[in-house]
Amino acid sequence: MRREPQARAAGFGPRPWQQTSWDARAAANFMAGGAGSGLIVAAAVGGGPLWAFALGAAIVAGGLLCVWAEIGRPWRALNVFFNARRSWMTREAMVAPPTLLLALAAALGLPAAAGLAAACALAFVYCQARILRAARGIPAWREPALVPLIVATALAEGGGLWLALAALGGGAASAAAWAALAPLLLVRLGLWARWRGRLKAAPRALAAIEDAGGRLQAASWLAASLAVVALALPLPPRLEAAAALAAGLLAAAGGAWFKFTLVTRAAFNQGFTVARLPVRGTRRGAAMASAVASTPARPGGSAPAKEDRWA
Amino acid sequence: MTRWAMVADLRRCVGCQTCTAACKHANATPPGVQWRRVLDMEFGEFPDVQRVFVPVGCQHCDEPPCLDVCPTTATRKRADGIVTIDYDLCIGCAYCAVACPYQARYKTERRSFAYGRASEHEQARFDPDRLAVATKCTFCVDRIDAGLARGQTPGVDPEATPACVNACIAEALSFGDADDPESRVSRLLETHQHFRMHEELGTGPGFHYLWDRADDAPPPPGEDSR
Repeated sequence: MRREPQARAAGFGPRPWQQTSWDARAAANFMAGGAGSGLIVAAAVGGGPLWAFALGAAIVAGGLLCVWAEIGRPWRALNVFFNARRSWMTREAMVAPPTLLLALAAALGLPAAAGLAAACALAFVYCQARILRAARGIPAWREPALVPLIVATALAEGGGLWLALAALGGGAASAAAWAALAPLLLVRLGLWARWRGRLKAAPRALAAIEDAGGRLQAASWLAASLAVVALALPLPPRLEAAAALAAGLLAAAGGAWFKFTLVTRAAFNQGFTVARLPVRGTRRGAAMASAVASTPARPGGSAPAKEDRWA
Repeated sequence: MTRWAMVADLRRCVGCQTCTAACKHANATPPGVQWRRVLDMEFGEFPDVQRVFVPVGCQHCDEPPCLDVCPTTATRKRADGIVTIDYDLCIGCAYCAVACPYQARYKTERRSFAYGRASEHEQARFDPDRLAVATKCTFCVDRIDAGLARGQTPGVDPEATPACVNACIAEALSFGDADDPESRVSRLLETHQHFRMHEELGTGPGFHYLWDRADDAPPPPGEDSR
């Protein structure tokens, strides 16, 4: 049986395991919600084609449809609006309609709608971040540093998509767009490192997070490098468009993979722990418990539960 | 006030799973769903090893994370501390399941039976309202409420006491009002050293684990030294 010294630090108990209640459909809501909201914000800030608003709204709606497909009683979905006082999921659901409607209004050319749509989109993605933060059963999610990371990831994804759309639309990416993308990516990397540094989770969860983080870093650095090159060198229009497309997709893909991993591979619970071992008969057993508890972590230490089914 | 609470004496539990079976029988939970379960843990290295059986389930927390996240208000907490789920409101989003630090919540998507076809008991007890929604231990709230209505005392009168407690062969499980200093659970907590699981999360579980007698408690008969 594989033993993990991690268990010792938190007490005694079986190993944590990946949650199975939310699958890729729930992950898709976070991926699409972030990217779509970010695109709406980028379109409002950066201008460009109006249909970017519509695309952003469609991406957000697609994510919501995914999560609707996951719930057990989809025809009761409207009950989701019942707990605005406490639940961030209710708040997310309440912010979604105005986000979508305002984004569509902006896409139809209503100038005042763009800013409001961006504000609602920011609120939407903030609610998504708080949804994860409120899940106290998952150590990787309940870490407060995850909230700014999720918001920054959404903005970087949206900025990347906006840049890629500009390239696909044939328009040259502006220097301002390039100049905005690189700092966004660097901020996202910084927030990822901050969150990762504070994280205390199961070794397998950390391994999955490291893997996703490695991809996130690679994508971010590559995209940021492309931005620097595009800013520093007078590239031919076609080459600049290709660079914008690549940088934008990299920025979006890195964030999407991170969130997919966060939900489906790094969402380990904390297992079960007992703070003290029972003393049966004399307290000799307690002495052993104390000794076990105070011994530094080492392989072959406190064993996980024999019932590996729960581990 | 009343605060219903469960006490598990880890020194007494022998891991027989009778409480698990009693819970399944009382609540007709489908295969794979164990509102009350007993973990079998081993610690240490040969020859200095220890085996511990740990009953777990919904901890009926003072500050239930499942209550805060539930978007439908299906999850509620009664004044007596029991956390309930309204199956008619629940949309089965499973947010409560990921929010619960005790892995106490279940969602069953489709009808299933222990041996494929429904037995007579399973057929009679099948409840379609519990499909595709969150379910969990209720502390046998129906028994408690019915017993109270009859003037009985939960934790004392078996008819008003959770099935797992009634079934425990070692008296490892006790149930009662933690706010009543005369209740069995209050006396156990007073005379023993105890802890609650994942207490650092601030959930305030209503499930207490005894691991030793209190320092100032007299040794049990037959034990003359520590």
